[in-house]
Formats: sequence, structure tokens, C-alpha cells
Amino acid sequence: MASYAHPETLVSTDWVAEHQNDPKVRLVEVDVDTKSYDEGHVPNAIAWAWNSQLADTVRRDILSQQQFEELMSNSGIAPDTTVVIYGDNNNWFAAWAFWQMKIYGHRDVRLMNGGRKKWLSEGREVSTEAPKPAATEYKATAADLSLRSFLPQVQSAVSAKAVALVDVRSPAEFTGEILAPPGLPETCQRGGHIPGARSIPWGKAVNEDGTFKSYDELKAVYGGEGIDGSRPIISYCRIGERSSHSWFVLKYLLGLENVTNYDGSWTEWGNLVGAPVEKGAAQATAKA
Amino acid sequence: MKSEEYSERIVDVNGWQCRLTSYKLGDVYHCHADNVSPGANLARTTGATKEEAEQKALDRAAGMLARTKRQEL
Repeated sequence: MASYAHPETLVSTDWVAEHQNDPKVRLVEVDVDTKSYDEGHVPNAIAWAWNSQLADTVRRDILSQQQFEELMSNSGIAPDTTVVIYGDNNNWFAAWAFWQMKIYGHRDVRLMNGGRKKWLSEGREVSTEAPKPAATEYKATAADLSLRSFLPQVQSAVSAKAVALVDVRSPAEFTGEILAPPGLPETCQRGGHIPGARSIPWGKAVNEDGTFKSYDELKAVYGGEGIDGSRPIISYCRIGERSSHSWFVLKYLLGLENVTNYDGSWTEWGNLVGAPVEKGAAQATAKA
Repeated sequence: MKSEEYSERIVDVNGWQCRLTSYKLGDVYHCHADNVSPGANLARTTGATKEEAEQKALDRAAGMLARTKRQEL
């Protein structure tokens, strides 16, 4: 069985248990439900709220370099700190945080395989104490935008049929049967998907216990839909967090080059005036 | 404290799937409800018993799921 392309970007719950007091390691919980941390978390973990600390809510954007540096500094993170991120929903927003850390050049950032779910299901120790790390003066590198796709890039790539688009939403969102995940606000005007996209829901990348599938299994999942790295890859979902998860899988576990996350995702494309949309199941496979 | 009595089960709520994830932290039972596909959170509740926490989560999830309409394709 082949191993992940970048196994150094994943740590197990055992590894975290052994390193939870390691001063060179900063544990960070990033949840969809930002109150989950208060229930109990991995001892010594701090928390980042995705909707306020990991986003510029005025511009609808990721953090600016200055905002990122402030977050890292206030979190006691230095450029040589090993940052281990985990969270609920199989690491959706943990992957979103990982993506931003890579955009700003943090060298050693990892995900805890299985996330909060696995930690809790294993009956491990949790704490309600929130650590107060000593502040640093973190300096980030300029944003590496080769990891991110903006609308104009997606539009031109779709027109030229020059990319492999991976829609990681649920099948019902992909077809247009529903406009948002069941129970959540409908934040787009139209259902469906970007023309030419393949439907590979994020959950196909994980096992029941929340850990990632093996390299060989992942290669089969994505390769079966023609996602093999022969063309640049753009992943998208509704707001960019689930697609961060799939971006991580494609780039760091499968090791494919030229993978970007389109965080504007369906809440941008689905609301555009005049943009083409496909409804129903995917067209013939991209690899035909 | 340690997480105890972790469990997951999927139930049908008016045609929508809903997963209830429960566990005990200290003396409190916690329950999270999500919509299975894609797995987005719907509710997070607590209770003195697992049943109480799950019922609260189920009630809240049902209210949220009732707002979703299926589109004609």
C-alpha cells in the first residue's frame, strides 16, 4: 500500500496525546460550532473561531497578512512552531485554517487525523481550561495565491475547459435539488453546479471514524472521476471550508500539483448574474 | 475529565437524515445533531440524561430541517 505524499502533515490522536504539553507544539481547535470548544477540548488546545478570527467578515475574505500575523502572535505561535489543528465535522474548518496557514507560509502545520470526533470517541481526556499563551511577534510571508482560485480564474478556466473542477458538496446540492445543506439557510439564488464539475462529496475521503482513507483508496475515489493531476484542479463547495478539506486531500495526501481552493464557491457562483449552471447529475466523465 | 459513552445513530426526520452524536463529559450529557449529507451541524444540546440531550437536539434539528425545500429539477 502506498503512503501519503506528505505524511508529515497528519498526526494521530496518540501523537497529540504524547505532545499535548510539548512547548514546541501549539494545539488549535477550529470548529464549525464555535461553542464546542467550551464543552471540553484537548488539554492545552486554544480555539480559533472560523467566522470571526479566520475571516474578514467585512470584505468576505480570508485574513489579510496583518490580521494573520496578529492571530498567530496572539496565539503564541512563532514561525518554527509546530501547529496541530483539529476540529469538529471531520476537520472541515481545521482544514480551512490549515489552508490559510499555508497561504501565509507557515512551514509546519498539521491536522490531527480524525479530528474532535475521534478524540472524543476514544474516551480521551478533555479540559475546559483555555490556555493563555505568551504573545509572539509573528511575521508571515506574502500570501501565496497559487493555493487559491478567484472567480475570474474559475470563469476563464471553465470557458476554456482547462481545469478539473471538483464539487465536494452533497449530491443533492450538486444536482440542485436543494440550495443549501438541509436545515441551513439558503444563501444562493440557484441550485446546481458549475458546468463540467465532478461530484466528489468531501465525505468520500474519510473513514467512519473520521480519519482519512488510505492513499490507494483516495487515488481510486478521485481517479475514478478523472481527477488525476493531468490538469489543474479547483475544488469548491458552498463557502470554501469543505473544499479546503478536499484541497488538503488532493494536495497533501495524494500529492497532486496545482490544486486550488475556490472559496467563493457556490454562494458566489450560484448568485452570479448570467453565469452558466448545470443541474442534475454530472455530464459524461471528464476522463472520457 | 474524559469523554464517556460516545455514540452515534442516524434517524429519519420527516424525510431528512439526522445523525445524533452523544457523549458524557463530567455529569453532563452532550448531543450534537447534523444532517448526515453533507454533515453540517444543526443543533448542540445538553441534558441530565442521554435521552434528554438527544430529544432536545432532535427537536431543534426537526425545526431547522422543516425549513428546507426540495427544488424541482
